[in-house]
Amino acid sequence: MDSTIASILLLDGLTNGAVYALLGLATVLVFTVTRVIFIPQGEFVAYGALTLAILQTGHVPGTVWLLLIMACIAALMELVSRWHHHRNPLAALKSALKVLAVPVALALVTLWAAPRQFPLEVQALLSVAIVTSFGPLVYRVAFQSLEDASPLVLLIVAVGVHFAMTGLGLLFFGAEGFRNPPFWDLRLSLGPVTLTGQTLIIFACSVALIVLLWLFFERALMGKALRATAVNRLGARLMGISSHASGQTAFAMAALIGALSGLLIGPTTTVFYDSGFLIGLKGFVAAVVAGLSSYPGALVGALFVGIVESLASFWASAFKEVIVFTLILPILLWRSLQGGHSDEEH
Amino acid sequence: MSGLAMADLTIGVILPLTGPASGLGIPMKNQIALWPEKIAGEKLKVIVLDDATDPTQGVKNARRLVAEEKVDVLLGSAATPVGIAIADVAVESQTVQLAATPIGLPPGKDTWSFRLPQSNDVMAHAVVAHMKKQGVKTVGFLGYTDAYGEQWLKAFTAAGDKEGIKVVAAERFARTDTGVTAQALKLTAANPDAILVVASGSGAAMPEMAVLDRGYKGKIYQTHAAATKDLMRVGGKAMEGTYVVSGPVIAPAQLPDSNPSKKFALDFVAKYDGAYGAGSHNQFAGHAYDTVLVLEKAVPLALKKAKTGTPEFRAALRDALETMGRTVVAHGTLNWTKEDHWGYTLDTGVIVKVVNGDWKIE
Repeated sequence: MDSTIASILLLDGLTNGAVYALLGLATVLVFTVTRVIFIPQGEFVAYGALTLAILQTGHVPGTVWLLLIMACIAALMELVSRWHHHRNPLAALKSALKVLAVPVALALVTLWAAPRQFPLEVQALLSVAIVTSFGPLVYRVAFQSLEDASPLVLLIVAVGVHFAMTGLGLLFFGAEGFRNPPFWDLRLSLGPVTLTGQTLIIFACSVALIVLLWLFFERALMGKALRATAVNRLGARLMGISSHASGQTAFAMAALIGALSGLLIGPTTTVFYDSGFLIGLKGFVAAVVAGLSSYPGALVGALFVGIVESLASFWASAFKEVIVFTLILPILLWRSLQGGHSDEEH
Repeated sequence: MSGLAMADLTIGVILPLTGPASGLGIPMKNQIALWPEKIAGEKLKVIVLDDATDPTQGVKNARRLVAEEKVDVLLGSAATPVGIAIADVAVESQTVQLAATPIGLPPGKDTWSFRLPQSNDVMAHAVVAHMKKQGVKTVGFLGYTDAYGEQWLKAFTAAGDKEGIKVVAAERFARTDTGVTAQALKLTAANPDAILVVASGSGAAMPEMAVLDRGYKGKIYQTHAAATKDLMRVGGKAMEGTYVVSGPVIAPAQLPDSNPSKKFALDFVAKYDGAYGAGSHNQFAGHAYDTVLVLEKAVPLALKKAKTGTPEFRAALRDALETMGRTVVAHGTLNWTKEDHWGYTLDTGVIVKVVNGDWKIE
């Protein structure tokens, strides 16, 4: 291997790593706030990319119908649980309508916009909006009532959600893959390395999101509330922070990050309805490297996974996946030798 | 129970309707929906199960079909690893398996399994012949890390050796990979005259684009699993000039009239496209079409010896398939014998080139 090949491999690894980093951050975020090991994180990636692909063809993506169905289920659950608690039909109805409002509005906008073939940027925005609104609904339907369950139960539910979302993905998007047009048709030659516009967008988006997340958790009141929930759920609740709202916010953010990742990788590869799982799993490996608790750790882990993957594909392409996933063993061993558990890490 | 009443011919179908190979299974299921109600006068009973591209699920389905439904024939799978797994059940239960994928089985294991697709050897023969004409001496291989990729590498290396065509680099990738930049680097560094991409459906475009992105200027070949319009839909203009090896069904109108399969291939395309939209037919739907042609010839022979639904019928059907002789189907001319359950003649493979987003027979 010479420096030319090394630099191309490095760039490739870092590009993939930047996407894994986003998913790793989302996994850490969801886990710290809700203790859910969110296996279906990658499904949001596929949903994001494929929703845009279907919008590109001028059809209404099936995700819209799924969104409506899930919103109805969530609203019904909300109605019943409020009724049980307060016995006040008006308040119950109001909170149920609140759950329905955004998804229904989004669905109507999509139905109107889909055949009009708006520019790529508008369709991308719409796709992100649709997929992001899945986040709180998934939390409401699958996880909210299990809030006090053990992480193992939550993990099992997460695996179930993964299978449901993959199956529905097949139903709505079909078996064949799609490739999205790039957002920026740029090709820069820097010596042996070719930088494409999409690569630059991937880096810019990843850095921007990481900075935004940092600002959000350090400065914004809601970010601080999420952190408080992460550190001590009961204490946060005593301070008037709703753990339901925290969970829904965390899931919305995870879905947003997933959808964005989908738009980022959509033009670089063919995305299938089940492509998200493996991408999400690599983000998960990155998150595990960080002990499921540290954002900078997840970032470093993701870049590491990306580079190892790229090198492994070069040296021993047949064993690439084996090498990437075996990596997790020495890291887990090292982490467990490093010392006991703190209460904060749950 | 009267033996005369309702002797249905039961066909158990196991296809990947979900999972990575669902793009191959779904067109077959579409074609099965167009099957006639009767074959050789026997009422047809078809049970379709999904194997989710998972060998475990495929075997479970196969056992259920032979044990509970007492099927006369197993059709499937369209995914190679699943097809190999089902072959074991075919031997155990002594039921004929018609595999819709070129499954490689050790000698003796395939006594009950017949392949509907052309063997990779037959296809590799066509590719090598075309490469030789084009003056290709060195080839880079970029294929799936599964049975389909490995069998192609074996078949191609063997066929190439005879003609002095060498595989100078062999790289793998998984169906779910999002990028193959590293593999493309290694291949282009070896600078072969041609690159053979072994992948299926819309997944075949990504590796080719990665190789082109690295500035590769040589010829690119794709295998028969990539012979679907999805290649152009996903790959767009970048796919122009790609050579794809396929059975005759891919562009039957362009076949010379002397090709015996032309009649069936045209009929299949007219029916499939008529039902599912112009240009929607593919290799795998063709296998489902051929199944009927094969059974229409073999079932009457077997019926002379036994009634459907019995072990005797299943054995008679196997003997019929081995002795029925040359049978023209949409995919070429089959000639199964006791020794050879692959059956296609070496001239079956057709090389098509992507020109203006469509197939052009070379």
